[in-house]
Amino acid sequence: MTQLALVIDLNVCVGCHACVTSCKEWNTSGWAGPLTDHRPYDKDPTGTFFNRVQTFEVGEFPRTETVHFPKSCLHCEEPPCVPVCPTGASYKREDNGVVLVDYDKCIGCKYCSWACPYGMRELDEHQKVMKKCTLCIDRIANDALPEAERKPACVLACPTSARLFGDVHDPDSEVSLAIRENGGYQLMPEWGTKPANHYLPRRKTRIQIFEDELERADNPLKKEAPLPAAEGETLDDVSF
Amino acid sequence: MLDPLEYNDQDLGGVEVKNTTCYMCACRCGIRVTLRDGEVRHIEGNPEHPLNKGVICAKGASGIMKQYSPARLTKPLLRRADAERGESKFEEISWEKAFDIMEERLGRIRKEDPRKFALFTGRDQMQALTGMFAKQFGTPNYAAHGGFCSVNMAAGLIYTIGGSFWEFGGPDLERAKLFVMIGTAEDHHSNPMKVELSRFKRRGGRFISINPVRTGYSAIADEWVPIKPGTDGALLLAIIRELIQQGLYDRDFLVQYSNAAELVIDDPSREDHGLFKRVEMHIEEGCFDPENKLWWDRDLDVAMGTHTPGCDPYLLGEFELEDGTPVKPAFQLLKDRVEDYTPEWAEGITGIPADTIRRLAHEMGVTARDQKIELPIQWTDCWGNDHDTVKGNPVAFHAMRGLAAHSNGFHSIRALGILMTLLGTIDRPGGFRHKAPFPRPIPPCPKPPKGPEDVQPETPLNGMPLGWPADPNDLFVDEDGEAVRIDKAFSWEYPLSVHGLMHNAITNAWRGDPYKIDTLLLFMANMAWNSSMNTSRVREMLVDKDENGDYKIPFIIVADAFQSETVAFADLVLPDTTYLERHDAMSMLDRPISEYDGPVDSVRIPVVPPRGECKPFQDVLIEMGSRLKLPAFVDEEGRRKFRDYPDFVVNFETSPGSGIGFLAGWRGKGGEKFLKGEPNPRQWEMYAKNNCVFHYKLPRSYQYMRNWNKGYLEWARAHAMTRYAEPITVHLYSEVLQKFRLAAQGKRPGKQPPERLRKRIETYFDPLPFYHETLESKLVDTQTYSLNALTQRPMAMYHSWDSQNAWLRQIHTHNYLFVNPHLGKVNGFHDGDWVWVESPHGKVRCMARFSNAVEPGTVWTWNAIGKAAGAWGLTPRANESQKGFLLNHVISEELPACEAGEHMSNSDPVTGQAAWFDVRVRVYKAGPEEPEISSPQFVPQKPVPGQQVRRGRWQAYFAGVFRKKAGISK
Amino acid sequence: MHPAFSVIFLTTLIGVGQGLFLALVTGQVYSLANLLQPQDSVSFYAMGSALSLAFLAAGLFASFFHLGHPERAWRSAAKWRTSWLSREVIVLPVLMLFIALYGVVHYFGLTRPLFVIRGVISVDASLILGVLGAIAAFALYFCTAMIYASIKFIEEWHSPLTLINFTLFGLASGFMLAAAFSAWSGVDLVGFFGTWAVIFTFAAGISRWLSLRRNRHLVHKSSLQTAIGIRHNHIEQKSQGFMGGSFNTREFFHGASEGTMRLVYLFFLLAVFILPVLLLGASYWMASPYLPVAAFLMQYLGLMAERWYFFAEAKHPQNLYYQSMA
Ligand SMILES: Nc1nc2c(c(=O)[nH]1)N[C@H]1C(S)=C(S)[C@@H](COP(=O)(O)OP(=O)(O)OC[C@H]3O[C@@H](n4cnc5c(=O)[nH]c(N)nc54)[C@H](O)[C@@H]3O)O[C@H]1N2
Ligand SMILES: Nc1nc2c(c(=O)[nH]1)N[C@H]1C(S)=C(S)[C@@H](COP(=O)(O)OP(=O)(O)OC[C@H]3O[C@@H](n4cnc5c(=O)[nH]c(N)nc54)[C@H](O)[C@@H]3O)O[C@H]1N2
Ligand code: SF4
Ligand code: SF4
Ligand code: SF4
Ligand code: SF4
Ligand code: SF4
Ligand SMILES: [Mo]
Repeated sequence: MTQLALVIDLNVCVGCHACVTSCKEWNTSGWAGPLTDHRPYDKDPTGTFFNRVQTFEVGEFPRTETVHFPKSCLHCEEPPCVPVCPTGASYKREDNGVVLVDYDKCIGCKYCSWACPYGMRELDEHQKVMKKCTLCIDRIANDALPEAERKPACVLACPTSARLFGDVHDPDSEVSLAIRENGGYQLMPEWGTKPANHYLPRRKTRIQIFEDELERADNPLKKEAPLPAAEGETLDDVSF
Repeated sequence: MLDPLEYNDQDLGGVEVKNTTCYMCACRCGIRVTLRDGEVRHIEGNPEHPLNKGVICAKGASGIMKQYSPARLTKPLLRRADAERGESKFEEISWEKAFDIMEERLGRIRKEDPRKFALFTGRDQMQALTGMFAKQFGTPNYAAHGGFCSVNMAAGLIYTIGGSFWEFGGPDLERAKLFVMIGTAEDHHSNPMKVELSRFKRRGGRFISINPVRTGYSAIADEWVPIKPGTDGALLLAIIRELIQQGLYDRDFLVQYSNAAELVIDDPSREDHGLFKRVEMHIEEGCFDPENKLWWDRDLDVAMGTHTPGCDPYLLGEFELEDGTPVKPAFQLLKDRVEDYTPEWAEGITGIPADTIRRLAHEMGVTARDQKIELPIQWTDCWGNDHDTVKGNPVAFHAMRGLAAHSNGFHSIRALGILMTLLGTIDRPGGFRHKAPFPRPIPPCPKPPKGPEDVQPETPLNGMPLGWPADPNDLFVDEDGEAVRIDKAFSWEYPLSVHGLMHNAITNAWRGDPYKIDTLLLFMANMAWNSSMNTSRVREMLVDKDENGDYKIPFIIVADAFQSETVAFADLVLPDTTYLERHDAMSMLDRPISEYDGPVDSVRIPVVPPRGECKPFQDVLIEMGSRLKLPAFVDEEGRRKFRDYPDFVVNFETSPGSGIGFLAGWRGKGGEKFLKGEPNPRQWEMYAKNNCVFHYKLPRSYQYMRNWNKGYLEWARAHAMTRYAEPITVHLYSEVLQKFRLAAQGKRPGKQPPERLRKRIETYFDPLPFYHETLESKLVDTQTYSLNALTQRPMAMYHSWDSQNAWLRQIHTHNYLFVNPHLGKVNGFHDGDWVWVESPHGKVRCMARFSNAVEPGTVWTWNAIGKAAGAWGLTPRANESQKGFLLNHVISEELPACEAGEHMSNSDPVTGQAAWFDVRVRVYKAGPEEPEISSPQFVPQKPVPGQQVRRGRWQAYFAGVFRKKAGISK
Repeated sequence: MHPAFSVIFLTTLIGVGQGLFLALVTGQVYSLANLLQPQDSVSFYAMGSALSLAFLAAGLFASFFHLGHPERAWRSAAKWRTSWLSREVIVLPVLMLFIALYGVVHYFGLTRPLFVIRGVISVDASLILGVLGAIAAFALYFCTAMIYASIKFIEEWHSPLTLINFTLFGLASGFMLAAAFSAWSGVDLVGFFGTWAVIFTFAAGISRWLSLRRNRHLVHKSSLQTAIGIRHNHIEQKSQGFMGGSFNTREFFHGASEGTMRLVYLFFLLAVFILPVLLLGASYWMASPYLPVAAFLMQYLGLMAERWYFFAEAKHPQNLYYQSMA
């Protein structure tokens, strides 16, 4: 079975929010739209987004790591949000594992959001239906788009390509490889939700320089003027 | 809902896809705009664009909300007769009336005294046109944002290596192994930098960030080196010292390609002390840095012309020429200079442990030495030597305003240029790479006018409004050595202010120093807010009146697309189009989007019609140029030459028959030529067909070592990119600076600095980089004001532009002051508390947020998030004005009075670069009785006529329609 | 969690309705067994059923305010195989139907025994409906409580105590209402229902105390470390990615201060467990028809506070992602 998902590489995410607004932009006028905004030009503007980028600081100065953390529905393999939905509006697709909401069925009871430990669902408070990342189902499954563009908007947008997209059940896919080779992990594994999305941790590159590498026969200093000869007498003149 | 597999986006309406170029920031990515029934449905990166290769950023993807923003201006506006300036009360007028007003006014000024018209532009991308308009008009009072932006970066490096970071060059991360980023939060190369940074990291490159703050790019650095602001010069000089001490420099590179081995006269008693010993030799007309200098040959132990075949010169030592002149190689002088700059010394200044400094030097030096790249590319240098390979030492740097926006930035940046040269990484794989039209001669050829006589009524300016002084005689001063320009650029106060000093224009005009002006035209510059220093005062100056009750700045025209803070201060408002509505040319004459492999320029082509009565500002300039009969815009009979901007772009030539125009691609009758060639009537179409870019890929052998690459330089000259094909030798030692110093010492004939400035010039025009405290720190009480306050650009906001953007403003609704928790502990406030940030010049109240990602002596905030109430189409209750704050209120545009005089700009003494990041502050808890609202506050700005009424409480955007219902139903 | 009044009303009102109905049935069974005086069908059972129905209907009505699209509420029965909410939605009308029939049967006096079990218990239609209704009522307690208890990562709720509490609170308040109803309508069952009400209140007190204690000592499974997958004991959120609030900051945080929490806590302890018992006790001496009513009202008010607290005290793991903004 296919399980499509995102793999997010925290090692390169710079927290630019490109994925946030490109997601909003694609989806607000698409299958899952519109994504409404409340008080757009007033105090405390707020709105529906499928994707958010958060920032965490790990450690204390000066050993601080700043971690940018993009966050959207993880398309869990055991999605607790689905069975609780009384109407069947929330469902997980058989063909590709994407978790979706059918707005026409949704009664806006919010129960599914309670049942998502990750806070990945957002009720559209204007339209009163539950919304969430669709993995851009209307892009990835749209045959009218060229193959290379059948990817989520956020993935295409991300300048650092911190967002990989593919089938995590296919062991040879780019995403599976990335998870295997870079220690990809799931969020809150303790709940057994088996998120399909994975995260790749920070990795560090260091340089090791050995003391003796600083000394070299070809040191250019050796090409400069020899030390001036001592003037006057030398030991050669006086010793025997 | 339809099953998504049955749904097809295209079924909902007529879909059209158009290419153009983004302008949500100055990066200029290629975008593909999808329209549904003529409304914008989606904006994505154009995968075929060389710059962004398909990616986009948060701003770019929010372009829709800019297009439909309620802050948009849609009507020409005139200040109501019964209203005071600043009250934001306007009446709608016709364009015809607006043009008449301007024609009358500007026509009169041009007849009487063209200086009285000042044109300043902000972060625009059409200096080619605005600058030309000013020159044609005859006013010297023109500048763009460069002076308050990063002129230190431009001048510091261009005067050293003939090119720079910023929009002129960058790091080659494709080949680099070690990348050191200094003082950069986002920069102009936003998307390409991110693309490359991640590829670099994935290839296993090591990334070090030197920055007082760790956010954005620095977040993913392998090592973060927190540094005290304004002290990078010390760090870089200590690294240079360590590299020299260890012999970790690329000797061959220094000898061949820099002036390191060139002999400098070393006799303080002489008039020519500190200049290169020059010998008789044929030199090309007008070339500032001819090759008539000497090396000291190691084998024969005599002086020889540089680059004499077979000569291997000493870099160190002291010698005496036959005529008895004592000389030293420039490198010896550099070595002497850095002698005392030990890592231990630097530790005390920068806060970086000496061991770390040493290790950084070793990492750079050893990587450069041991990981050499050799590409099988044949090329020939300017001295006729053939090379089988191009070599590279894979250590790359990038730096921006963290270095630039300090008053000691010029020398820090010179130090960086020298460090890169020591490592042998100039225009080489894995190091720094130029972008056309760079490299340019040091300094580049255009020169400012030379004196008041170059400004004449009804005559174009004699000289370029902005240029590159090569010696004191290039300064633009009167007989007393005082400034001719309103911003005092190119005067002895800031001799190398190659981008002007826009940040002082208003203050000077208000004070009438050096003279009063009549009309100030601000284009795309938010000078009543985030691009001014001392903002509260500047707002007062803009409305200040003289004894007669007349405004001290009599007439202000603002050309803007949005209801910015500055619009309120206009007498006449010209509503511009948005980037989706107009033609633009990112021209080779300004700052094109060139790639390392060759020149690239690009265009915008409208994808939607203009809203309301918006008119492209370019069309306004062409109309005005034609009405005022400025020579470039009319034929001999005084008839208008260009219909509109697109017509202008196609047909304009820098001079008749020059073949050089705004666009370099598809020139010649049929589009068969490039860079130079006759106008091509179908040029726009050809750009449109080619993703709106023209990209000329140089042959591989011309892509590297361009400062000294004979083939490239000749190609560049043949294609009119440069004036000569002389080698562009790196100025490790800057003779240009020494000439100014000699003048200050009274050792040079020609223009002399006024007495009050002699000492200043002598000090700061040091031919070798040196470290000095920032000017502000020297002049204020740093015990009381013990902290440095900085701003950083948020990646999801462009200056003040994006608070009007319903999506982006949700990400940054207001700003906090980030402080190290330690600071809160010491000063008795908590995370989230309201605090005062006070500098010697002013104070603001804001909220503090603790962060472990900031050096304890630094506080910082996101730039330009705070807004004036009511501006930008926001309600006066919006968080931007109530909780957000602008740091600019505490940054002064002038220094406290000092030896050099009163009213000296708070700028780098060499370049006039605004010293935004020098400001010293203290932070303390706001009183419990104080209101929880940011301070200062201003009377809420009223919406202007023509602005769309706000869209109400809910906004549900669906490709141009605002629909209430969710989802696509059957 | 953010306590929503619609849900507070829903759960408390139907709890009372169910409890009252169970009290009626209990009364009937007792009288069948001759342990109590039989009561008048119309004025007591039919009216009682109507009252119970009224509470259930009010609860149902309140629940609509919780829905974004009440007009589609009918859809919510669809997923009874997996969703406790769906099950509740099915069981509630079933119960209401039984209660209605029960009331009708009593109203029309259709209480002729249909058959007699072992010669002792004569079973009439009302009894059959009563027993079926009782089963449905218990099922409804179970469903309602399971809506909360089944969400395993809201650990404050994920416990059998939630089921016990919901049931006991429902019974206590239902029997309390039965006592009040008896007192009001002058029926001599105040003591009977009152005693049971006190017993249930006492039992609920114990089980709620157990759950409060459990929650105080809960060690949450999730932490910032597991939430973002980084192992370090000093992690702080700086930005949640937006600043004007979102659904996630509104739905999952109660936003009340520590002080308010404490106040609500003390109030519900007093109003649910202590005052009603005292009032009922007092009614023994004073035989006032008002005191039991006051006891019920007091307890109901307390229950609303208790339910508010029930939500507020629950910490959703999603909150780990919404700690701080900048
Ligand atoms: N998203 C976005 N992109 C932009 C812009 C924007 O507004 N938004 N503006 C554009 C413009 S006009 C410009 S000029 C560029 C500027 O691009 P940057 O130079 O990246 O701009 P700043 O945000 O000013 O970044 C300055 C950085 O230097 C650090 N810094 C400050 N002082 C020192 C110091 O003394 N030493 C060191 N080592 N670091 C220091 C600050 O912490 C900060 O990280 O960005 C351009 N790109
Ligand atoms: N404290 C502090 N202040 C700073 C800086 C800092 O780092 N710290 N950075 C400085 C730097 S580097 C710079 S470059 C300046 C930038 O300063 P500016 O260039 O003045 O600022 P912007 O906010 O970019 O916008 C200028 C105006 O352009 C308008 N505009 C946007 N699009 C269009 C258009 O299509 N047509 C027209 N006509 N107008 C348009 C906007 O509405 C706005 O009013 O800020 C400087 N100010
Ligand atoms: S677009 Fe990519 S780099 Fe930017 S925040 Fe999203 S994941 Fe991170
Ligand atoms: S992340 Fe949340 S909403 Fe998405 S599938 Fe998992 S539980 Fe459901
Ligand atoms: S809110 Fe909608 S999707 Fe979620 S559980 Fe309720 S009906 Fe299902
Ligand atoms: S996959 Fe699509 S819907 Fe999901 S976060 Fe990315 S852009 Fe948004
Ligand atoms: S980086 Fe600048 S030009 Fe490129 S997409 Fe973003 S806003 Fe547009
Ligand atoms: Mo700038």
